[in-house]
Amino acid sequence: MAIQGDRPTMTDAVFFYLFSALVLGGAIFTVTRRNAVHSAISLIVSLIGVAGLYLLQQAEFLFAVQIVLYVGGIMVLFLFVIMLVNLDQAAKERQFNRQRWIALLCVAAVGAEISYFMRKGASTFEFAKTAVSSAPAVGNTEQVADVLFKQYLLPFEIASVLLLVAVVGSVVMAKKRI
Amino acid sequence: MGAITTAHYLALSAALLLIGTIGVLTRRNIVIILMSIELILNAVNINLIAFSHYWQQVNGQIFAIFVITDAVAEAAVGLGILIALFRNKETVLADEVDLLKW
Repeated sequence: MAIQGDRPTMTDAVFFYLFSALVLGGAIFTVTRRNAVHSAISLIVSLIGVAGLYLLQQAEFLFAVQIVLYVGGIMVLFLFVIMLVNLDQAAKERQFNRQRWIALLCVAAVGAEISYFMRKGASTFEFAKTAVSSAPAVGNTEQVADVLFKQYLLPFEIASVLLLVAVVGSVVMAKKRI
Repeated sequence: MGAITTAHYLALSAALLLIGTIGVLTRRNIVIILMSIELILNAVNINLIAFSHYWQQVNGQIFAIFVITDAVAEAAVGLGILIALFRNKETVLADEVDLLKW
C-alpha cells in the first residue's frame, strides 16, 4: 500500500487510455451493430473496460461487483432474451428510426454544452489536478461496508425491496397466463 | 502522456453518456435500446467513482452500488416486458409498438 503513492504516472496513463479505448470502442460497436449478439459481446467488452477503470481508482469492491453482476448477471440475462426472442426478422430491417438526424443533432448540442462547461469549470473547480492517492488505513471493501451498513442502512433495505418488486414484476411480465 | 486527472474521467464519462444517448434515441431494436441504457448508467458510475476517488471518500461508491441495483432491476423488468411484447405482437422494433398512439 505504501508503494502506491509514488507509483509512476506513466503506467496509470497507459492503463487509462487502454481501458478508455475498450470502453468507447465497445460502446460504439454496441450502438451500431446490426446483430444483437454482436452488440451484446461489444457491451461486455465495454463493461470490462469500465471495471478496469474502477480498479485504476482504487474501488476494488466495485470492480468485483461490476464483473460479477454486469458481465456475469445482466449480460447472461440479455443473451438469454436474445435467444428466446426471434431477432432474425429485426436484423433484416432498417436499424435506425426516422428521427435519427434530429436525435444526432440534439446529442451534438448536449455534447457541446457539456464540453463547454467542463472546459470552463476545469479552472474553477480544481478537478483538473491529479487526485491525491494517500494509502488508506483499511481496505476498500471494509470502508464500503462500514459506510453502507452504518450511514446508508435504510436506502440499502429499500434497495432490497426494489429488487423484490423487480423479481415479482419480471416474473409476472414473462408469464404466459397469470 | 501527462498525468491522468479527474477531468479525464469526466470527459470519458461524458463521451460514454452521449454514445448511450445516441443508441437510445436512434435504434429501433428494443434489446439494443436496453443495452444503451446500461451504457448510460455506466457513464454515471464512472463519474461517481471519479469524484469518490478525488475526495477520498467512499460515499460515491455506495451510490454507484445503488445505481447498479437500479440497473439490474431495470434490465430484468425491461426484458420481461420485451418477452411479453414479443409474445403478443411478434415484434422487437420500438416504433412498431404504437398501440397507444392515435
